[in-house]
Amino acid sequence: MSTEIIQYTVSIYTENNIGLLNRISAIFQRRHMNIESLNTSVSEIEGVSRFTIVVNITEPQMKKIIGQIEKQVEVIKAYYHTEEEIIYQESCLFKIKSELLFEERQIQNIIKESHARIVTVNKEFFVLEKSGKKEEIELLHRELSVFGIMQFTRSGRVSVSKEEMKISTMLQAFQH
Amino acid sequence: MEVKTAKKETQKTQTTERISGSEAIIKCLLAEGVDILYGYPGGAIMPVYDELYKYQDKIHHVLTRHEQGATHAAQGYARISGKVGVCMATSGPGATNLVTGIADAQIDSTPMVCITGQVGSHLLGSDAFQETDIVGISTPVTKWNCQITKASQIPEVLAKAFYIAKSGRPGPVLVDITKDAQFEEFDFKYKKCTGIRSYKPIPATDANTLTAAAELINNAKKPLIVWGQGVILGKAEEEFKALIEKAGIPSAWTILGASAIPTSHPLNVGMVGMHGNYAPNVLTNECDVLIAIGMRFDDRVTGNLATYAKQAKVIHFDIDPAEIDKNVKTDVAVLGNAKESLASLLPLINANAHNDWHQKFKDLYKIEYEKVIKNDLHPTKEGLTMGEVLNEINLQTKGEAAVVSDVGQHQMIACRYADFNVSKSNITSGGLGTMGFALPAAIGAKMAAPDREVVMIAGDGGYQMTIQELGTIFQQRVPVKIVVLNNEFLGMVRQWQQLFFDKRYASTEMTNPDFVAIAKGYHIDAKKVTDRKDLKAAVKEMIDCEGPYFLEVRVEKEDNVFPMIPTGASVSDVRLE
Repeated sequence: MSTEIIQYTVSIYTENNIGLLNRISAIFQRRHMNIESLNTSVSEIEGVSRFTIVVNITEPQMKKIIGQIEKQVEVIKAYYHTEEEIIYQESCLFKIKSELLFEERQIQNIIKESHARIVTVNKEFFVLEKSGKKEEIELLHRELSVFGIMQFTRSGRVSVSKEEMKISTMLQAFQH
Repeated sequence: MEVKTAKKETQKTQTTERISGSEAIIKCLLAEGVDILYGYPGGAIMPVYDELYKYQDKIHHVLTRHEQGATHAAQGYARISGKVGVCMATSGPGATNLVTGIADAQIDSTPMVCITGQVGSHLLGSDAFQETDIVGISTPVTKWNCQITKASQIPEVLAKAFYIAKSGRPGPVLVDITKDAQFEEFDFKYKKCTGIRSYKPIPATDANTLTAAAELINNAKKPLIVWGQGVILGKAEEEFKALIEKAGIPSAWTILGASAIPTSHPLNVGMVGMHGNYAPNVLTNECDVLIAIGMRFDDRVTGNLATYAKQAKVIHFDIDPAEIDKNVKTDVAVLGNAKESLASLLPLINANAHNDWHQKFKDLYKIEYEKVIKNDLHPTKEGLTMGEVLNEINLQTKGEAAVVSDVGQHQMIACRYADFNVSKSNITSGGLGTMGFALPAAIGAKMAAPDREVVMIAGDGGYQMTIQELGTIFQQRVPVKIVVLNNEFLGMVRQWQQLFFDKRYASTEMTNPDFVAIAKGYHIDAKKVTDRKDLKAAVKEMIDCEGPYFLEVRVEKEDNVFPMIPTGASVSDVRLE
């Protein structure tokens, strides 16, 4: 069995119930596994929620985790993918002093080159938004931190898989 | 005339009636066929107890002396009957006292529904008196749990609770109900749950896996079956017996699998694991095909995984897909219910006898008999052994008793030596190893199966963890037979201290009270045996007694349980001394 640690993105389709987040995160916590990022949202199916979780573990560990997740009564189905198997994005916000925008020409270049977007500007600060891969966001963070960042936050990963995830078929099968 | 009444009944259940949430809870329990529940009242569950008072002719509430006792009693009830055990407690400490029993039921796949009262919904999160987040606390140890804050949710949630607890791989479910929801009136209507779209209790069996399993079994020269509780939970005892008899495969059991086929069955080669029998442990590392049925390769069964059955092809039958490849990599996994899987497998299997292979088991049994069993069952030294007490119980109950054991040395002895002629006869805390399990579990078992002889066996340590349940036995007049094998030590820990910690007996010696006097304080007939010559008569008196009976047997203080696989060692390195 492979002992190589790989970054996996887990997609979990669930019923929308209080407490399920606790149940799912406990599966990782109990095995001393750190969740790199976690996002919950609605999915393409009405009434079905979707968790997107990023973890760095081995494939045998990943398979066992998937088994434990799918064992939960309110989980419809769980999938795991490597980075190559998904299209993903993370999003981040930078809050930076407005004077820098005008005094430091370099900042304007960084914004342009990174395809970041200015969300708002006022006298005291401006807010920069950037969506992309983790490395792109990290690069932007490094470049901007030289000038001083008032606040920074990055979202959990959101992703869609290249392969089909047949949730609707699964739910239809239950109806019959 | 009768038909008419039945029709009327059906109509009645379909129309709604305006009742309180508390009354609805009782009606849900009745609709699920609950006849007995175990619990302890308190502030946040009082409205339900008020309804229980009104319904006491229909549903029997047993007041235990501690909420933990209620959970173990519900477990004992479930384990002997196959039905869902039910327990009830108030919020706060009442609810937290359930946690050990819930965890025990989770790891031993016992169907159980726990109902807890909760503070009023307007107080949730305010650190109100006796408020605890029991849903949060119980999440990792329940199959499912849910909080109800509106009376209208009660029928659907309780219907789901029972369905989830008993379907697929069974487990405990907790439903937490706020006090305002118990008081609130609503239009009650009950409909049993028959399915949940995100939950598939029994995975589909792939016919190809059955063919592959059959091929491996038919070509095996040295096959070994290890079965677990899945055979019992799946009600697959007959199918299992038919399979092993046709294929002629030596079959060994995990603790929770015990009693699925009689101890005396010629193909039953004993228990696997840390204190299991010599032959099946050693030969696990010699078999060519290992067939695991409804068991989960617990570490106490496998010893060191790196050296466990590495030479063998492994077939794993299980209802829970998460168990496949969890601990041992399988070559063929057959998902599904054991009853159906084994029935479908049977026609694909060739008749066989494997006589030479059987002989190996017999040869190793002889070694174990000479080195261990003989001395345990028929000792020649002065002190009494736990094994000879079990032997006497076997003789006098003719192997028909259900044995409810606690945790420790006596448990291993009970599992090793008890004669099981009837399925669901070994009721013990396997996965969690909960000391204090036996006494309350025996109460539940006896109440669920009043026609069966229920013998509880505990050590002096575990017995004192839930000794207060003697009060329940006394009040309810539950005729359980209570045997305490007293060695004045926490025996199993002491054994480990002797073997692995240079005899540093840290906090394992017990100064015990007068157990007979305590039992008599509860008006339970009681006797103490310190001499071998008195054992037979005392066991007879106990078995003949119509009511509950307490028997203390003073056994050798520093006896050890063998065979033993030291932690981390290989199953084939099992020690006989």
